[in-house]
Amino acid sequence: MGKTIAEKIFDSHFVDNPFGDIHVIRLDAVFCHEITTPGAINDLIDRGKDRVFDSARIKAVIDHVTPAKDTKTAMQGKVLREWALRHNIHDFFDIGRNGVCHAIFPEKGFVLPGYTLIMGDSHTCTHGAFGAFAAGVGTTDLEVGILKGVCAFHYPVTMKLNITGRMPEGVCAKDVILSIIGRLGVNGATNKVIEFAGPVVDKMSMEARMTCCNMAVEAGGTCGICCPDMTTVEYLWEFIKGEYATKEEALEEFNRFSPDPDAVYEDVIDHDISELEPQVTFGYKPDQVKPVKEMEGIKVDQVYIGSCTNGRIEDLRVAAEVLNGEKISDSVRGIVSPATPKVFSQAMEEGILKIFMDAGFCVTNPTCGACLGMSNGVLAEGEVCASTTNRNFNGRMGKGGMVHLMSPATAAATAIAGHITNSRLYKED
Amino acid sequence: MKNFSGKALFLDRSDINTDEIIPAKYLTEISRKALKPYLLEDIKLDGFDKKDVEGKSVIITRANFGCGSSREHAPWALEGNGINLVIAESFARIFRQNMYNCGMMAVELSAQAIEHLFNDFAGKETFVETDLEKNRFILQDDEHKQEIPFEIFEFDRALVEAGGWVEYADLRY
Ligand code: SF4
Repeated sequence: MGKTIAEKIFDSHFVDNPFGDIHVIRLDAVFCHEITTPGAINDLIDRGKDRVFDSARIKAVIDHVTPAKDTKTAMQGKVLREWALRHNIHDFFDIGRNGVCHAIFPEKGFVLPGYTLIMGDSHTCTHGAFGAFAAGVGTTDLEVGILKGVCAFHYPVTMKLNITGRMPEGVCAKDVILSIIGRLGVNGATNKVIEFAGPVVDKMSMEARMTCCNMAVEAGGTCGICCPDMTTVEYLWEFIKGEYATKEEALEEFNRFSPDPDAVYEDVIDHDISELEPQVTFGYKPDQVKPVKEMEGIKVDQVYIGSCTNGRIEDLRVAAEVLNGEKISDSVRGIVSPATPKVFSQAMEEGILKIFMDAGFCVTNPTCGACLGMSNGVLAEGEVCASTTNRNFNGRMGKGGMVHLMSPATAAATAIAGHITNSRLYKED
Repeated sequence: MKNFSGKALFLDRSDINTDEIIPAKYLTEISRKALKPYLLEDIKLDGFDKKDVEGKSVIITRANFGCGSSREHAPWALEGNGINLVIAESFARIFRQNMYNCGMMAVELSAQAIEHLFNDFAGKETFVETDLEKNRFILQDDEHKQEIPFEIFEFDRALVEAGGWVEYADLRY
């Protein structure tokens, strides 16, 4: 019987099967940020187990609230910083070098095809874009990951999503994933791995694949996953070129993790996007999705472009294309948060930041910022934000605030109009 | 191994969620002990008084306890108050797993058995003794004494005996 990507990864990392379908697997990496890791660190200290399994396989970043905004967040950073120092964790990114975890770690080449990794963060599924099994976990699992480099999971069940058709102009990866979540529902993939496949995914950049995998969890998925291909190799080449003579050789190695032709999926869904229009959420759940034109005219107070979903260079480019030479509405506060220092410098070099600033946007340092409503753009009660983030839960960006999720192109067009509107890149015929 | 015996707190409602067990605003605490005073702060239950928690070691409740957010702070807040055992008709999956991961117990009894416990013991000072060797609870108040058998998966028992997933994994892997 053939195997899926996730099954191949699990079998190659097998450690133990203590009970039922629970598999304990070896981890190639454990990622950490300052919100969920300090709790794990302090508990390990309390247990007399302040150790790490392998300091080279642990990567840490302060990204959620940076610079610290108050004593509590300063304390979270301090616990993480001192721990990284104490355990010689080299790949620790503090202010000035830090960026949103799910953007900066892939950018540094820390995720390779076939990898297993965990993090105390639900959007860890993003890294599946590289053909890795990457899952968000709770504090106890994180502690065990840090201490022993293993994690226990149910043996993976995979749902295959074949994305077919041709991507209409002005439609972004974000629109694709929003339409998928709208179709599956917030529980549609609960406890499953979503394998994104088909001609549309084959053509997607790594950034676009990350946008899709990022939101797998919004349909309940444990992990999103894309089969590694030449696009993956090209993205990773600067980090792996020492190990392979040619790109083809690297790809051949990574293809060990490609799904078998007779792999068994729990479900195979064909999702045709030829007729897809830009999408936007309308409620407090990410599956409450509508075409933008049905939401046309809804006034917004703030536009936020950034986050682990859409704060990468491609996202900023597409927004800048819409904003170029335009001014945002007087009634809108525009905030853009390039996801990493690299994205920030690139956007600077390409003149993108200038376009944003000339349009009237505030450019922040790389951080999660307003995404989780802790800093850099918290909403007041009754306010509405057009956002490129991934969660519209009640109160997510501030108590009593409303968040409409959308693509960077739609967000930019909305900023100019002052109300929700189709991206100007998207032409209806 | 933690302590699983002591006085019972009866929470007569289904679907008590993790926001009721520990409100989201306390998630910024970086120490588990800091959660102690906030246990059940937002519970919607007529007649419940925060003082009812004092001195209790076991919760007896209805169906789907621990639903909602997957926060592990819920078991921690219980543990901080010396409550290491919840007996219910059913649990939300992640909450149940979090309990055993912390070396605590979430034991399911039939709806009928739970109904009996509420009828016979709720509102009185009830002591629960947990006998892990014979897989039974012994409940006792001034008037009655009852033995109630329960089931536990071998893996969950191993986690309980080790004191949780961290201790279990550190020993084995
Ligand atoms: S950008 Fe938002 S969703 Fe992504 S890791 Fe940060 S807080 Fe979480």
